[in-house]
Amino acid sequence: MKRREFLTTGALAAGGALLSSRVTFAGTASGKKPRLVFIILRGALDGLAAVPACGDPGYAQLRGDLAIGRPGTDGGALALDGTFGLHPSLAFMRQSYAARELIVFHAVASPYRDRSHFDGQNVLETGYPQPHAVQTGWLNRALAVIPAARATERERGISIAPTAPLVMRGPAAVTSWSPSHLAPLDDDTLQRISDLYSHDAALGQKLAEALAAEAIAAENTADADERPLLAKRGKPGAQYAEVVKAAARFLRQEDGPLVAVFDTMGWDTHFNEGGAKGQLAARLATLDAALGGLRAGLGPVWSSTAVFLATEFGRTVAENGTRGTDHGTATAAYLLGGAVKGGRVVADWPGLTPRGLYQDRDLKPTLDLRAVMKGLLAEQLGVPRRALESSVFPDSGQARTLRGLLRG
Amino acid sequence: MGKGLTSAIAANRFGLGARPGELAAIGGSGPDWLRSQLDGPAPEIACDGLQSSASILAQIYDLRRAIRAARASGVAAGHEAGNGEASSAAAIGAFKKLPQLIKPLYVAEAGARFREAVATARPFVERLTHFWANHFAVSADKSVLPALAGSYEREAIRPYVLGNFGDMLLATERHPAMLLYLDNQMSMGPNSRAAGNIARRDPDRKTGINENLARETMELHTVGVDGGYTQADVTVFSQVLTGWSIAGPDGWRGGAQPGTFLFRAAMHEPGPKVVLGKRYPDTGYDQGVAVLRDLASRPATARFIATKLVRHFIADDPPAPAVERVAAAFSERGGDLTTVYRALIDSPEAWEQPTAKYKTPSDFIVSSFRGLQLPVSANKTPVGLLQLLGQRIWAPGSPAGWPDRSADWDGASALLQRIQWADAVGQRVGPGRNAMELAPQMLGGVLTAGTREAIAHAESAAQAIVLLLAAPEFMRR
Repeated sequence: MKRREFLTTGALAAGGALLSSRVTFAGTASGKKPRLVFIILRGALDGLAAVPACGDPGYAQLRGDLAIGRPGTDGGALALDGTFGLHPSLAFMRQSYAARELIVFHAVASPYRDRSHFDGQNVLETGYPQPHAVQTGWLNRALAVIPAARATERERGISIAPTAPLVMRGPAAVTSWSPSHLAPLDDDTLQRISDLYSHDAALGQKLAEALAAEAIAAENTADADERPLLAKRGKPGAQYAEVVKAAARFLRQEDGPLVAVFDTMGWDTHFNEGGAKGQLAARLATLDAALGGLRAGLGPVWSSTAVFLATEFGRTVAENGTRGTDHGTATAAYLLGGAVKGGRVVADWPGLTPRGLYQDRDLKPTLDLRAVMKGLLAEQLGVPRRALESSVFPDSGQARTLRGLLRG
Repeated sequence: MGKGLTSAIAANRFGLGARPGELAAIGGSGPDWLRSQLDGPAPEIACDGLQSSASILAQIYDLRRAIRAARASGVAAGHEAGNGEASSAAAIGAFKKLPQLIKPLYVAEAGARFREAVATARPFVERLTHFWANHFAVSADKSVLPALAGSYEREAIRPYVLGNFGDMLLATERHPAMLLYLDNQMSMGPNSRAAGNIARRDPDRKTGINENLARETMELHTVGVDGGYTQADVTVFSQVLTGWSIAGPDGWRGGAQPGTFLFRAAMHEPGPKVVLGKRYPDTGYDQGVAVLRDLASRPATARFIATKLVRHFIADDPPAPAVERVAAAFSERGGDLTTVYRALIDSPEAWEQPTAKYKTPSDFIVSSFRGLQLPVSANKTPVGLLQLLGQRIWAPGSPAGWPDRSADWDGASALLQRIQWADAVGQRVGPGRNAMELAPQMLGGVLTAGTREAIAHAESAAQAIVLLLAAPEFMRR
């Protein structure tokens, strides 16, 4: 199999050297603040279903019944290039690719090499090579080191969740917001509770953060432009509609957060995974609709936004005994948005030959996910190289920062 | 440590939150009160209207058969009439009945569990039940699991909570809910008789193993992820577990009732197997039992369980001496759980920090209901309320169960929503409650002067209740 895009570590070394002297800051040229959205795909999304390597002769052979057909066939993949396609459910992502706003990274993996979801997610979120090394996340530590002039406390980050996922926990003050279906409190009661928390720093700070996020959310609920853009109840995407709407609402603000994070679940397809149609196809359609909704909701801010999607690891190349796939190693990751220099698949493709597999069963990792994360943080948030290599991603020297991911 | 503090710790951290009169009944010795709850069999849940897993699965089978029949006759009729679309209406109608069957079962079970938590006089045992159901989690958000999560807890967890760990392990791994949740019911040995037959009849049909149950049993239920197993152990253990399945609608010649555990010998991968360095001869079903028994008694399992228990009952970062003590008790008495719990109670670390744990949404709601004696009506269950505050009953979304550290629950938005719910409670029941009297009954020795003062100066009975529930010492346990 020919090597496709060639972001080998050797080629990157030269680019990496430029990094220390000058940091570009996406969006500054147009006067817009950059936005970064991280969507965690929990459960190990099958990269060979989402981004089938239809042009690799080993693909159909090793995948069997689960293989997605070649582009142009009935239920076939949506073509990306001669080798790769997108799952037929990913229409918006295909459109983004055509608009040069999507990069797909393939045969990518975090440094984690075992097959526990929970340890894999821990590594994905902490950014450390070993699971359970720390209780803070790489995104939070990155936010903690970006120059103060770039973001006030309020502007840093938000989790669209009741409680921040691990990737957003740490020293930087970030907030969380999730839709409440409960009535707001009157000011007097709130004041009394704040007073009650004046001797409890942790609760006091949480309450203050919650009220600040609530204020932003309340200011902007009346925006008319977001309503028609989002999926209706029962339609694909409805599951994430409220989350996406909220994320867009925060990110659109001039002084809104630089970073928003939310979770998706249900990617653990051990049983009846399906191919062009079926269980995973429906979930991918939901995700695709959510991304379309996010783009619509962000409006003009989309042009300075980069959305990063990653999962803890991939799945076995071959089908298991119950029409699904078991835990694997390398998979695909995705970067899309108006700020992204897209329309490419970045992969040092290992090939789907029995000998090319990792431990005779999985797609072999040839790209370290941290290389993508570091490139993204450097270019989109201006995180200094020194911090990337020390506090944000310790012991990541082998994962050379990918450059040129964003339009800059 | 003052006696008032051990009562408050016992009722609030080891129990489910003090009910009025409970702290007085404990009478100053928290440890004795906890130990006394370990005597006698574990309480059963009042079973009115609750059904067995087998009975639930039998109904699901019937419904599926009806769906298939409707689909088949619809296709036939549509073929005749040349109208496929209209004819599938019957099949769709039948299909919709599945959620109509499942949801009420979930609501009834969740309601029964919640009522038990609010009313029980042995709250330590109930908390332990919740702990183990979460340890052996089946998440009620997959397939028919919402219908089975409650009966699973009643059948595979409750009877063993005051028994032996190995027995609970076996009961859970062979329960239909677990087999369905971790996809083992169809897992088939590649060299099994069934696989051979299928290969002859239908060479295109894929058969093989599914390693989900084997992996999670080692990683999450027994030795833990650092327990020393490899991918090869997972693969072989999954072969050992091939054939662990569920009897279908027609039961089985050997007499298994529909919807109960069935070992399908024809699907079992033949031959001896080596798991974690030990060779297990081919004894069919007993091979799997033997591996589970050995997993249950490994030191790594004792350590893993001890760490989780100490994290749940003592502190997010489990103090090493307490873990050692509890793990040693686990190993010394072959996984006898009341011995383990006694070691936990005997750990001085458990009594040093009065409010060491941040409450989960479930803890917060249950302790509010207990403390304020809020009515739990029979038809309106708190299912929606728990979902609203982020912890839908039996639905952690992953086989790892709900996480158990403050940072997993103490988000800004989560806090505000708790307070908003407390406000709604205050407005509903405040006028009938005296927060000044309730506060010491609920919080005992951990009630602070600041909270007492805030409650005393509240502008209304309703606001006083909100301040009581929002108090830092009530947010923690």
